[in-house]
Amino acid sequence: MALKDRRKKRLDRSIKVRTGGLYALSSWSEMGYLIAPRLGLILILAALPLVLDMYWQRVLCSAGIFALLALGFDFLAEYAGLVCLGGALFIGVGGYISGLLNSTFGWPALVTIPLATFFGAAVCTVILLPCLRLRGIYFAIVSFMFPLFAVFIIIALGVFGSTEGITGLDSFPNIWVEVYLIIGVVVVALFAMRRLVSEDIGVILRGIKDNDQAVRASGINVTAYKTRAVFIAALIGCFGGAYLSHLYGWLGLSLFAMDFSILPIAATVMGGMGSLVGPVLGAFILTPMSEALRGFGQLRVVLYCLILIGFMLYKPEGLMNYLQRKYEQYEHWEEV
Amino acid sequence: MSGECILEVRKLSKAFGGVQAIRNVHFSLMEGEILGVIGPNGSGKTTLVNLISGFVRPDTGQVFFKGKEITGLPPHKIANLGLTRTFQVMRPYHTLSAFKNLIVPLNSPRVRQSRGGKLGDTDAVAIDILDEVGFERDARVPFKTAGSLPLGYLKRLELARCIALKPEVIICDEVFSGLSMSEITSMIPLLERLRMDGITMIMIEHRLRELFRLADKVIVMNFGEKIAEGIPHEVMENEMVKKAYWGTEKKTS
Repeated sequence: MALKDRRKKRLDRSIKVRTGGLYALSSWSEMGYLIAPRLGLILILAALPLVLDMYWQRVLCSAGIFALLALGFDFLAEYAGLVCLGGALFIGVGGYISGLLNSTFGWPALVTIPLATFFGAAVCTVILLPCLRLRGIYFAIVSFMFPLFAVFIIIALGVFGSTEGITGLDSFPNIWVEVYLIIGVVVVALFAMRRLVSEDIGVILRGIKDNDQAVRASGINVTAYKTRAVFIAALIGCFGGAYLSHLYGWLGLSLFAMDFSILPIAATVMGGMGSLVGPVLGAFILTPMSEALRGFGQLRVVLYCLILIGFMLYKPEGLMNYLQRKYEQYEHWEEV
Repeated sequence: MSGECILEVRKLSKAFGGVQAIRNVHFSLMEGEILGVIGPNGSGKTTLVNLISGFVRPDTGQVFFKGKEITGLPPHKIANLGLTRTFQVMRPYHTLSAFKNLIVPLNSPRVRQSRGGKLGDTDAVAIDILDEVGFERDARVPFKTAGSLPLGYLKRLELARCIALKPEVIICDEVFSGLSMSEITSMIPLLERLRMDGITMIMIEHRLRELFRLADKVIVMNFGEKIAEGIPHEVMENEMVKKAYWGTEKKTS
């Protein structure tokens, strides 16, 4: 019996090859090929709030926060080799700092958010600093522990509003500011991050992920670079937290909720590890989906898991890597 | 050779649990020299490299580099002083293309300093260095991912990563192992050129014939101890060395 063996043959589209270097500037179609997906993403994100009602605009805001976390997770995991489950830590620290500054000193959100972003990131980095020597699953476990740790400290000491939290923080003037602020930040963070990973620091971080001993032998201080990577991821995470506390005008223990650590992973798996855009897309799909499934009650979690398992089984490369391949390559089956 | 002592190892010892990996090793290295280190498997050669380059902390003993003590410094600081090493099991950054592998050493404080704080186009510098070690400039080899390169290129890449640091001492941990004869013969001129550039080298090697062509001095290790030191061919006449390599003669009655 003749076995029908076939395999998929992939060829780069000629336009992809042509747009590889400076030649991308040679004609409009080449430039269009490069610009279209990027511009498309920005335009869709910018247009979404215009067609949605108030409720879904709010959902979009929290999707944006998860997108930032997912971006940070993907960056740390795929480019620096640190699987960081500390999303809740970033959100919590950022949220508490900006909320406390606002409630005790009465500073406006315009001041507290930047302050919380920067100092929150510094605090998170210092907290994670002793664990940077750990790798893989060990770092993941330790970073997962810190948010729980923070919750118990706040309860035990009865500080920062203890279990009740603090209400009555300043909120944003209107929904348009809320929604466009987060979308703007997501877009800027995304493109900045893509730029960053192709710069020398990104190359060094990938080197550290591949082989940290060789990086040491090349005279590079590995811990210093890992610290920078964590700081960058914490920066966007803490912004998310600071924004969240002002979005709801409230801070409390649920800022340290496990969702902030787990959902970014799901978004990254769905969107495609290492693509940076993928996790952002994943977050913008998963968060609204979990809202839409609210009607199913507890079954929602089951459906949610099914979708994830489906992705892991049938499209392990993730949405973005799949789309990118389709965009850049011809595929056809070939008899072997 | 110019006769300045660049590296001195004094009474170095290291035990891993109950195994004495290195015991009281003692040697010094003149500037511009090539020192060969040979010995049977498990005699502590690679541990010696790890101790000198800072990857493993010695139990006792000291290492001096250009008159300054470097014992116990972290590896990246030692590398920045100008002492670097290759790895026996090659450690390229698999996911990066070959020339991007060199971006890492090119960003080290040592190289930054030598360029007056400005790095300029590191990609171009990286491709120049790869060209120097025998990556054809016109071919696409420098742009391939390191994971897909054949062994010969990987060995050259290891060396290139050291050269990019502009070091004064390179410790080569078995650069010839796993290479074919023709690859080795093309590698030797590269090492000779490094010596001409004034780079001092320590070569750990099992390929004695090729090593003896290059080395000025050889030390022989066995069970963590230095058992002989001298001019390459003379060393092999030493009784201890013969015993280490061939074993003691069994008396047959």
